[in-house]
Amino acid sequence: MWVYVGRRLLLAIPTLLGASIIVFAMVHLAPGDPIAAVMPAESSQAEIEATKRAYGFDKPLPVQYLVWLGRVAQGDLGKSIATRRAVILDVRDALANSLVLALSSSLLAFALGIALGLLAAFRQGRLLDKAASAIAIVGVSVPHYWAGIILIIVFSVQLNWLPAMGAADDPGAVAYLRHIVLPTLALALIPLGVITRVVRSAALDVLNQEFVLALRAKGLVSRRVFTHVVKNAAPQILTVLGLQFGFQLGGSVLVEAVFSWPGTGYLLNLAIFQRDIPVLQGVILVLATFFVLLNLAVDLLQTLVDPRIARH
Amino acid sequence: MAVTTALPRDLDAVAGAPMSYWRTVAWRLARDPATLVAGSLLALIVLSALLAPWLAPYDPNAGSIRLRLASVGAPGHVLGTDEQGRDMLSRLLWGGRMTLIAGFTPVLVALVIGTALGVLAGYVGGLTNTLVMRTMDIFYAFPAVLLAIAISGALGPGLPNTLISLSIVFVPRVVRVAESATVQVKGLEYIAAARASGAGVPTIVRHHLLANVLSPILVFASTQVSLAIILAAGLSFLGLGVTPPAAEWGLMLSTLRQSIYVNAIVPALPGLAIFVTSMAFNLLSDGLRDAMEVRA
Repeated sequence: MWVYVGRRLLLAIPTLLGASIIVFAMVHLAPGDPIAAVMPAESSQAEIEATKRAYGFDKPLPVQYLVWLGRVAQGDLGKSIATRRAVILDVRDALANSLVLALSSSLLAFALGIALGLLAAFRQGRLLDKAASAIAIVGVSVPHYWAGIILIIVFSVQLNWLPAMGAADDPGAVAYLRHIVLPTLALALIPLGVITRVVRSAALDVLNQEFVLALRAKGLVSRRVFTHVVKNAAPQILTVLGLQFGFQLGGSVLVEAVFSWPGTGYLLNLAIFQRDIPVLQGVILVLATFFVLLNLAVDLLQTLVDPRIARH
Repeated sequence: MAVTTALPRDLDAVAGAPMSYWRTVAWRLARDPATLVAGSLLALIVLSALLAPWLAPYDPNAGSIRLRLASVGAPGHVLGTDEQGRDMLSRLLWGGRMTLIAGFTPVLVALVIGTALGVLAGYVGGLTNTLVMRTMDIFYAFPAVLLAIAISGALGPGLPNTLISLSIVFVPRVVRVAESATVQVKGLEYIAAARASGAGVPTIVRHHLLANVLSPILVFASTQVSLAIILAAGLSFLGLGVTPPAAEWGLMLSTLRQSIYVNAIVPALPGLAIFVTSMAFNLLSDGLRDAMEVRA
């Protein structure tokens, strides 16, 4: 098992390096001079020279990459074109807000999705199962940014119950909670659909195995059968939960843009608007790193739950 | 209900001349009510997008300041007008063209490139496999939305850039499915039998391998179309897709967002169009999966 854990840890390194190459390439993907992609147009000649040296733009690409990677490793993600602030500061503040939102929407989606999926599996073919399937397909089909706008129209504009955008400063305060309700709902839709589907099919797979029939045949009460089914479906469910949490963190861009929630997605949205490539790079690199580490954690956790995986 | 649908299939297996695989699939699809509804809806959406120049009652880009944000059912404008007084029905029809192109093309590109790469990696194996698959892994370091934004954000707005970035999102996904299907089929005995009877690699790949890996790949690709549409519209919602004044559902949603305080229904329409289209694709791919007996 430890050999597997070690191998899995090592495998994360090339993935992270690969992701960093893609992020590095963004400056060179941008049309025009790379200097223009990372500097404001009105920069002085001295500033431009300094940046050129810092980025090593006169050196060959692999050297540039290593120079950049070295700076990134020290937490230097460059300076924002728009604000001239260090990108790492903006990203740090935004990441905290995004994490809160991802956590709240994940909790909601996990709880509802697991409950719905299990209910549907144990009531296969009945009305409840059909309702769960309908919720699942709506969840995976709905453009969540549109769902966000609908929520604003209904709960902010028409009913005037909840604020439409922004966030209050003090987490834990009532105002903060009121601001987070609508983005949480909008963001929970996709994972709710996905999780309901996966949990239902995972539970059904177990239910259709012979040992469940044997359990029932020996007269085990359905509550105990339920425990057996959940235990056996757990690894598969765990994987999807981990992945979905990662998607929540990286995929909240559009919802944050709709609600002006001051997280990484909102920062990305601003950066797109201002064509602020250093901010784009910084946010994407940090989110991708989070995503890779999270996938790693899920894989390792899975081997703990189901040691058979490590033997493959 | 389960009994009535299961019976004809079983009968079909027992009696009558055996149908070809693709005819069986078509036959099953035509008998699934959800697929039929979704399919007809989709046909309607695609047709109306294709025929937009003839169906649209107005020029989609011609507005009138006096007629801003007319409600649904306003005289002369069945679905109202947008924030610049442009006819919503015309813009939705024209916008569908853009959204469908931006959503469909990347999946099609991924289907071709991804299948080629995946079959190559799976069939040749060894170093080629490692090289191709590890490269694809890199793209899995990003959630789909983020990868699309990273590439589009660097390239800048415009439909061609959207197509490029979304193709990059979907190719690795198809490669994974194609590779694992190929590895699975390659190990089956009939491939060994074909090789033993002297069939060359091109023959084996074309007649024996491709024919059998295509179903799972097609089913997977069909599940990706709805995601591609949501992402494509999402990119233009962020200002990274089609540039104004062109009509595109995501872009329309984004510009109409400011008007929800004036008119609550009209701004919701472009999103509704995205939702209905993506749901129809999802239902259709569910039907396809069942008909092809692919386990997802």
